[in-house]
Amino acid sequence: MNEVLKLHYDVDGENFTSAGDASVNVKKKLRQMGFSPDVIRRVSIAMYEGEINMVIHACGGEVDVFIYPEEIDIILADKGPGIADVELAMKEGYSTAPDNIRSLGFGAGMGLPNMKRYSDEMKIESKVGAGTKITMKVKVAGE
Amino acid sequence: MKISEIQQLLNADIICGGDFLDRDVYSACGSDMMSDVLAYVKDQGVLLTGLVNPQVVRTAEMMDMRCIVFVRNKLPNEEMVKLAEDNAMVLMATSKRMYEACGKLYCAGLVGKATAKSGAGNE
Ligand SMILES: Nc1ncnc2c1ncn2[C@@H]1O[C@H](COP(=O)(O)OP(=O)(O)OP(=O)(O)O)[C@@H](O)[C@H]1O
Ligand SMILES: [Mg+2]
Repeated sequence: MNEVLKLHYDVDGENFTSAGDASVNVKKKLRQMGFSPDVIRRVSIAMYEGEINMVIHACGGEVDVFIYPEEIDIILADKGPGIADVELAMKEGYSTAPDNIRSLGFGAGMGLPNMKRYSDEMKIESKVGAGTKITMKVKVAGE
Repeated sequence: MKISEIQQLLNADIICGGDFLDRDVYSACGSDMMSDVLAYVKDQGVLLTGLVNPQVVRTAEMMDMRCIVFVRNKLPNEEMVKLAEDNAMVLMATSKRMYEACGKLYCAGLVGKATAKSGAGNE
């Protein structure tokens, strides 16, 4: 795989208002590069869910995006509280989000399942007290 | 349905994106929960919501929605308007409540479920 474009973003955990900026930026880049609307949408939604999670559950973190002609890799890494039971967290409807997050329109427990749905591969590495790393791959071909 | 028709049906004020009122939209969804919009929406071009924060505009942008209708006289702040303008999105506000606003549009033919040809599909 050649022609890699690598993008890096710091996600500010203090600022709910700016959450999602990185995803909006990646979406613009992919559009400029001429990826199909389907690929762009899958990458955007998966990354946006991950970015929001970073802000509401993990005090921010870092996102790296690797763009290859045939696949887009998104790596979200944070030093937040970690996820004790990943299998449980992956269940639709499971959420530990407090009421103030719900009043902002999030916290239905749909984010992680949605990230899995829109990516072709997803891996969660998490350690309680140390942080969480989520790797997602969205394949360009074979839709 | 043209976006201009939505404005008329809801007697709504256009906040930004006035240049895009003759765009066509085929379906809509109403929700104050962005998590659900991200999880359940598929090709709906219009979002009706009573929630006001920048994530509403970003969520709509991620879902390729073209128009947001704020119900119950909610008004977006400057930052939200700027975000919408950057993404060529129409924002409008109506005094109607969610149920009535959705009902009016639905009766006029704007359905809830996207048809296969109304936009890019997923999966
Ligand atoms: N980066 C993270 N660090 C720590 N915990 C996380 C992280 N991401 C998710 N979680 C945990 O997993 C749960 C489920 O996440 P998920 O994204 O599915 O739902 P949510 O964020 O609570 O709500 P929604 O995504 O629907 O707005 C969260 O409530 C939280 O407990
Ligand atoms: Mg989430």
